[in-house]
Amino acid sequence: MTPINQHKVNNPNNKILEVHNLVAGYIPNLNILHGCSIHVCVGEIVTILGPNGAGKSTLIKAIAGLLNVVEGHIELQGKNITGMETHRLVREGLGYVPQTENVFAKLSVAENLELGAIHHRDTMAETREKLYDLFPDLARFRNLHAGKLSGGQRQMVAVGRALMASPSLLMLDEPSAGLSPKLTQVVFQQLLKIRDSGVTILMVEQNAKAGLQISDRGYVLAEGVDRVTGDAQSLLHNPEVGELYMGGHGKSTMENVVTATTEVSEPSNGGDSA
Amino acid sequence: MQFIADGILNASLIALGALGLSMTYNVLRFANFAQGEVLAIGAYFALGAVTVIGAGVGVMGPIKFGWPLLVSIPIAIVCTSIVVLMVDYLVFRPLRNSNASRITLIMAAFGLSLMGRNLIHLFAGGDPKYFSFYIPKAIEIMPGVKMVPDDLAIIALSAIAVVSLHLFLKRTNMGRMMRAVSENPTLARINGIDLKMIIRMTWIIGTALAVTAGTLQGHIFQAKAEMGFDMLLPMFAALILGGVGNLYGTVLGALVIGLAESFAVYFDLSAYRAAVSFMIMLAVLLVRPQGLLGERE
Repeated sequence: MTPINQHKVNNPNNKILEVHNLVAGYIPNLNILHGCSIHVCVGEIVTILGPNGAGKSTLIKAIAGLLNVVEGHIELQGKNITGMETHRLVREGLGYVPQTENVFAKLSVAENLELGAIHHRDTMAETREKLYDLFPDLARFRNLHAGKLSGGQRQMVAVGRALMASPSLLMLDEPSAGLSPKLTQVVFQQLLKIRDSGVTILMVEQNAKAGLQISDRGYVLAEGVDRVTGDAQSLLHNPEVGELYMGGHGKSTMENVVTATTEVSEPSNGGDSA
Repeated sequence: MQFIADGILNASLIALGALGLSMTYNVLRFANFAQGEVLAIGAYFALGAVTVIGAGVGVMGPIKFGWPLLVSIPIAIVCTSIVVLMVDYLVFRPLRNSNASRITLIMAAFGLSLMGRNLIHLFAGGDPKYFSFYIPKAIEIMPGVKMVPDDLAIIALSAIAVVSLHLFLKRTNMGRMMRAVSENPTLARINGIDLKMIIRMTWIIGTALAVTAGTLQGHIFQAKAEMGFDMLLPMFAALILGGVGNLYGTVLGALVIGLAESFAVYFDLSAYRAAVSFMIMLAVLLVRPQGLLGERE
């Protein structure tokens, strides 16, 4: 993990991940993604936003090899990884933290971390020390069963487990899910630290404001297609983003959603101000 | 007291088989009803190996089974594992790939169990086979408790197998990977664990335990085609009683079932030995549905 002090945002020659026209779904003939294209450059934090059912998690799962890719291709560090088996992707430098069930609850924190490093046994002790420096809590809890930890602590174990494989690209599916706003900030500050240690980050996030605040760029997905992209600041104030969140249904729906879930309030405010 | 000694011997054989069952149940997520036949086929392979080496060779002191029996166990494990892996490749793998339901896998195992028993009949005949014609000579290990040295050796071997399995699962990288797969196969794959490799290893370990149980059982009693099928119910009873997925629970469950069976025999209820163990199992499950040491989901 050598620090990258100057990450080159949007330098097309520096792409770590490129997803081109991806068509994929859980069941044959029922695709969720209908030609989705994104890319991530080295050293970036990129957030994928979008309303429920837009295909955000599906996109990340397809990259992680958990779904059948019907069409399109995925390149990681210049290598075609389309259709590659999930367990091989770790060695290609891909880390993935699912949204739920992302730790082995019946195993200790230390065992969870060791499992993250099964293909990196030789550097395991070293990586673990670095990780304990970054997250001292992990060292404190190392003998506890992961299932006994709180939501925020579990999230830390899940991220730590993924980092044990020294990934080049870390994908996170809604890292703030189920966390209080305060804890969300803690987790996001940790993500910034991780990025500064040299790991590129791609995440799916419902909490658009918090997500974009630490991001360089973002994509807004709707109905399985990447609809809007841009740097984080421009997305926060883009009226189109708010509309996409509301599914293009006018103001009353927008307000309903705002009161129902505070988490999506920011992009709708963006839409509101326009 | 004597029935306790007999019960422990019985329990050690049940425990070995049930632990094998537990391994496949936890990782492959279905109840392998063909585990009994794995046990029986293993016993026959061991019998073949012992016959080739020559029975009665290498008698070790008071223990009548000698090194040929001990050597025959790994040989039988290798041969049986090859059969089991072939069956997995031909039957269970396609079912897994087509996302077959648990009940489909169980029914397939049931069919294989039937086939296995009949294949043994076909190749080895229906008569019981004996590993050796030794006359068991019991020695008094405690006042009023007599045991055959062979039986004591079998209890010791089973204990070694249980402890080895425990150390394997807790201390080795492979063991950790197996526990990871049993808890969450998807997360295990995300971690870089090759499920196919873990599935093969699980079959091999489950087979090794069953073959060891079968060979030892064949030595003290006899080898016959139904030997494994007869063990299936006590093995499942031990597994469920102890709490599915808990290693110690399975051993404890085997102990309870083993003791209950020999208790039934002791009170001249041998015809009801299966019923006695099942009544105990039902009684425990009424109070603790998750089993003795099982955790509530």
